[in-house]
Amino acid sequence: MDERELKQKSIQYRRTVLEIIKHANAGHTGGSLSCVDILNVLYNHVLNVTPANFHDPDHDRYVQSKGHSVEALYTVLADKGFYPRSELDTLERYGSHFIGHPTRKIPGVEQNTGALGHGLSVAVGMAIAAKKDRRAFRVFTLLGDGELAEGSSWEALMTAAHYQLDNLTIIVDRNEYQITGRTEDVNGLEPLAAKFSAFGCAVTECDGNDINALVGVFDSLPFVAGQPNLILAHTVKGKGISFMEAGSKWHHRVPTDSEFAAALAELAQAEVNA
Amino acid sequence: MEMGKANLDEFAETLLALAQADRHILAVTSDSRGSGKLTAFGEALPDQIVEVGIAEQNLIGIAAGLASAGKKVFAVSPACFLTARSLEQIKNDVAYSDQRVKVIGISAGVSYGALGSTHHSLHDYAVLRAINNIDIVAPADNFETREVIRAALNHPRPLYIRFGKRAMPHLHPPGTTFEIGKAITLKTGTDVTFIAIGEPVAQAVLAAEKLAAEGISAGVISLHTLKPFDADALLHAAATSRAIITVEEHSVYGGLGERCASILLEKRIMLPFKIVGFPDEYTVTGSQMEIFAHYGLAPEGLAATARTLLHAEVTG
Repeated sequence: MDERELKQKSIQYRRTVLEIIKHANAGHTGGSLSCVDILNVLYNHVLNVTPANFHDPDHDRYVQSKGHSVEALYTVLADKGFYPRSELDTLERYGSHFIGHPTRKIPGVEQNTGALGHGLSVAVGMAIAAKKDRRAFRVFTLLGDGELAEGSSWEALMTAAHYQLDNLTIIVDRNEYQITGRTEDVNGLEPLAAKFSAFGCAVTECDGNDINALVGVFDSLPFVAGQPNLILAHTVKGKGISFMEAGSKWHHRVPTDSEFAAALAELAQAEVNA
Repeated sequence: MEMGKANLDEFAETLLALAQADRHILAVTSDSRGSGKLTAFGEALPDQIVEVGIAEQNLIGIAAGLASAGKKVFAVSPACFLTARSLEQIKNDVAYSDQRVKVIGISAGVSYGALGSTHHSLHDYAVLRAINNIDIVAPADNFETREVIRAALNHPRPLYIRFGKRAMPHLHPPGTTFEIGKAITLKTGTDVTFIAIGEPVAQAVLAAEKLAAEGISAGVISLHTLKPFDADALLHAAATSRAIITVEEHSVYGGLGERCASILLEKRIMLPFKIVGFPDEYTVTGSQMEIFAHYGLAPEGLAATARTLLHAEVTG
């Protein structure tokens, strides 16, 4: 898929994310919109994951540690053919398997997440298994920036560096906001790049909402032999919808009917401009 | 009773033998290979031990990831840390995610004795019982330990196994069969039956011998699997014995005793019944055996509880 097609995909994904959140009357709007370009490039350019090979031991692994941005993941997996888009109309409905955080009951999901600070350790375990079995699959995990306050993430980073897991790529969705407000006001994370470097990661920073930039960064993996790869992806919470961008107001707010119409109109315009 | 080794040693030897035949078997440790008697394992099979340092949350998360990628994983750490510090990882990364990790809680209960409550696990049955999709086994002796470790390999669900580090007597005659979820009756008794789990089973056997010398017929059941629970074994004991005493190295809250009580009550079975375990207080200082004696888990205390219970039944 070329970059123009990928950009169209991102618009399409944003529309679906908003549609399913609106339909469910629940969801994590801001975070799903900040990370959806990353998921787009992962599933359409990087990962060798399809419904056909999902149970093959050599398929690449993706663990979404920031489980609350599940609407982005469910949207991309539907587009990849793991299940029909129509099933997403059951999101968070009584009896649905489409729970408000990733679950292995959904085809294409590797690991149940939702409690923060868990995904990286699980990804480290998968990457160690690949090294032990000399398998070529790679492991990717997406962390929110707010969840970096969980100490378990740093335990896992130490182990990733210790075992020289250059088959592991950690992507941090650095949208700078968590539910209470700015990450730097809640419990400051900076200097993040320096911290990750000090923990033994090979760090690359990029614009996490820029398809071309993401493609370039993922194409250059592994960054340094023998070191876990860390992509510090600078993103905008609520990206793509002008009135949702930045701030924590849209962390898990559902758009009103008029906001929803305005958001879809912006996406339609973006499609024309792309 | 003929003495065996510590269940901990039996575990380590069994795991090493299994792992020598299957390179997919891994031990994951949190600076706990010494405490887990896995030093020899690490020396013999260095590629099959994954050390994560003193980081129990990371230990369980990594174990789940390894299991997800097809490894047969034994995550080994003191029960006190595993089932408290990494409880959320057990709940989400293992049980909820159905990653079939074997969570091995070593030096469980009050095995660490005078090291104090930081090192005791008197809550693990209660918290794990309330979590869906993880089974719970506490072997009583070397035989049960060896068998549960072997059975763990092909167990269809996540599994928690806990045991201590003190040498245990052999409790089972040759030819005994072991199955997860199936209690073993060591001795039948028409007056009272001790239903015990883990290391207190040996104490119950000694208590039953004392009572027999007094003409009291006391049975002993090793109810090694707390989940799934063998209700039939309990109901059979209740039907053939005048009184039931449960014995566990755990808080009296939320463990074996309360499980038995709820089953009996729901079946409307009323008989003299006593839960022997640890009361809701700061645990007394002492060795494991001193603490057992203090709280009535030693043979003398158990026999006294039986006498009291049977006497109360007679006098009403």
